[in-house]
Amino acid sequence: MEIVNITKSYDSSFVKQVEKESGQNMSHCYQCGNCTAGCPYTFVYDQPVNQIMRLVQAGQKETVLKSKSLWLCATCESCTTRCPNNIDVAHIMDVLRHMARREGYAPVPTVKSFWDSFLSSVEKHGRVFEIGLLASYIAKTGRFWTDVDLGPKVLPKGKMHFKPPQIQGKEEVQKIFNRFKEESRK
Amino acid sequence: MKIGVFVCHCGTNIEGTVDTAAVAAASREFPGVVFATDTMYACSEPGQDGIIEAIKEHKLDGVVVASCTPRMHEPTFRRTLERAGLNRYLFEMANIREHVSWIGKDREANTNKSADLVRMAAAKLLKNRPLFSKQFPVNKSVMVVGGGVAGIQAALDCANGGLKVVLVEKDTTIGGKMAKLDKTFPTVDCSSCVLGPLMVDVAQHPNINLHAYSEIEEVNGYVGNFEIKVKKKASYVDWDACTGCGLCVEKCPSRKATDFFNEKLATTKAINIPFPQAIPKKAKIDPDFCMKIQKDKCGVCAKVCPSEAIDFTQKDEFITENVGAVVAATGFDLFDWTVYGQYGGGKYPDVITSLQYERMLSASGPSEGHIKRPSDGKEPKNVVFIQCVGSRDKSVGRPYCSGFCCMYTAKQTILTKDHIPDSQSHVFYMDIRSPGKLYDEFTRRAMEEYGANYIRGRVSMIYPKGDNLVVRGADTLMGAQVEIDADLVVLAVGAEASVGATDLAKKLRISYDAYGFFMEGHPKLKPVETNTAGVYLAGACQGPKDIPASVAQGSAAASKVLGLFSQDMLASDPQVSVVDIKRCIGCGKCIQTCPFGAIKEIDFRGMKKADVIETICQGCGICTSTCPQGAVQLQHFTDNQILAEVNAICRF
Repeated sequence: MEIVNITKSYDSSFVKQVEKESGQNMSHCYQCGNCTAGCPYTFVYDQPVNQIMRLVQAGQKETVLKSKSLWLCATCESCTTRCPNNIDVAHIMDVLRHMARREGYAPVPTVKSFWDSFLSSVEKHGRVFEIGLLASYIAKTGRFWTDVDLGPKVLPKGKMHFKPPQIQGKEEVQKIFNRFKEESRK
Repeated sequence: MKIGVFVCHCGTNIEGTVDTAAVAAASREFPGVVFATDTMYACSEPGQDGIIEAIKEHKLDGVVVASCTPRMHEPTFRRTLERAGLNRYLFEMANIREHVSWIGKDREANTNKSADLVRMAAAKLLKNRPLFSKQFPVNKSVMVVGGGVAGIQAALDCANGGLKVVLVEKDTTIGGKMAKLDKTFPTVDCSSCVLGPLMVDVAQHPNINLHAYSEIEEVNGYVGNFEIKVKKKASYVDWDACTGCGLCVEKCPSRKATDFFNEKLATTKAINIPFPQAIPKKAKIDPDFCMKIQKDKCGVCAKVCPSEAIDFTQKDEFITENVGAVVAATGFDLFDWTVYGQYGGGKYPDVITSLQYERMLSASGPSEGHIKRPSDGKEPKNVVFIQCVGSRDKSVGRPYCSGFCCMYTAKQTILTKDHIPDSQSHVFYMDIRSPGKLYDEFTRRAMEEYGANYIRGRVSMIYPKGDNLVVRGADTLMGAQVEIDADLVVLAVGAEASVGATDLAKKLRISYDAYGFFMEGHPKLKPVETNTAGVYLAGACQGPKDIPASVAQGSAAASKVLGLFSQDMLASDPQVSVVDIKRCIGCGKCIQTCPFGAIKEIDFRGMKKADVIETICQGCGICTSTCPQGAVQLQHFTDNQILAEVNAICRF
């Protein structure tokens, strides 16, 4: 492992940005590890969540934003529930995901592709159109056989439709997306 | 009045950001000021001598010192004035350190503000009048509330110092939490072997009058002359007759009574003596489980008692004790850990508290010193200890460190290995706090000699698997989740203020913090005093602390009481309220608002009037701001004195 030069690599604006966007105070974390203890996805993480918290405290922007853990987090909020210092850890993970995306980091491209497909489907139809999402995801990733075994189980239950859903308030959902785009341009 | 002003440099503390010479120069223009100078350290001996010289040379009859907070040096300078032959109340202090130099950087602004503060002090001083203390006699006996180790120590020290001591204990025996412990850290010596002799000393000491199974009902009076009503709770046994033979306990057929002494690990008889070394060794009936009291059947205890001590009709009894001082030593209680769902919230019998574990380890405990799982009585091989349960946890409103859990957990891992040599202890910890003599060495011994496996991280989940419990936690140093198959889980439950502590604080008129721990007079310099004269603190009622610290505080409180009682007469503080009988309309509002019960109604030529009991009044001033007539005035803080300060600051 290489030596981390704190003087050179500590990025105070990164810490401030995370605190501003999440509304959390990073200094409240005393590294008890309760978030990691309860996290159901630690087994696939490259950095356990308490180390993500530590890296943010230490202003290690690149290491954090490169982390795969951000993209594998399921936002189950076990970390938030267990935190003895009332830190909304899941929210911080969410903020970091957004920052990583803005800065062009996507160390788990399939997850990013899934999100992109999901959100564009919601934007277009007002809610998710599963088959459309599937097609878009496969087109982006080339993973034809992903979850194909679930098809026979889901289809008879009427959970998948071949035509896009028609819902009320489609335009309102569209407006949410427009507003988001407008505000993120500012 | 000829006022002298002394502006202190306090080294660079004040001079660094305040031009003290300029403040002194400005002061010379204030009404009444005839002399002003700056001085390096006003509180030092040359500084004080300078003040005395100036008083004599310039015939001063009032002094203003502009320096630090009056809480620091007001008594110092008042003594200086007395040495120069002036009344101690012809003195005012302007706080230009905490209120000016330490909080602002702008030298010019600081200098101006300092001058304003001196102007206010001088304006008030012009209205000051000499005040004189009164003398009143002292009742040289002390009440110690709480018979844990701190209270025992305080009681014995006072009694050995020749004072009459009344020791009040809410349980049927003294000993407190320490009596429940098996061994003590860092020496691993037997707790009851250390405490037992002290308990016997209490019982045998001619100067100690012990009221066990009693509580404080009401407190009246003031330092030197408290009158305290004590409730002696009904034990249904005549303790004068009871010899503690235990025959009644043996024959009692009701076996389901809650065993509080054994932390509910077992049940006990409806009539019981908590443990063999109990002091006083007297039986008590738990009425909830007594068949005679509940259903009017049985009565076996009364039949077998050789001294006919059983009295099913006994009622609570109230007695009054007159003492001159009170030591509160009410200790602590354990945090209710069942709020933690992740530890099972009380669902799993094999998740126990550290104090339950102590009872299990103790030879006088329900399992006679054998570690047995509550669920099936098997001997555990893998024991998991979880630290900081209800400590350092903001989410449950307990952000403080309980201080002793790290140490007793280390002790319990050592005892576990002693009891079961092929066992393995695992300790989930956040930080190890062992800042005492031989303490850190002790925790290292637990790891190095006794092989305790310390895991830095917390536990997020305990769930049953077969006969065992799976403990899922994190090892933050390894950066991984870990799981342990545990036979027994021991929670290092933190300390909180004892049940009823705040009620007692209200009766004693002492303050308590946000968690119910009693407030000391000063965090560093008055650790056993309270802000109520004559009331002292000892032990964990002031904040979580271990046995050595509790004992030290017990002795410290005793030395304070002995010091107080070294005088035959006490001087009252003249800074109390007085009623101007001409203005008082007898509305009684002051009586209602006085938090100390220091104002009483008197009959003055057929008219209702208020009257302040000087010895009880603490000088808080609530009555003066309540009185619609301005008839109650707090001496040394009269309306005129305060308005003089206001006028001095609001000149334009």
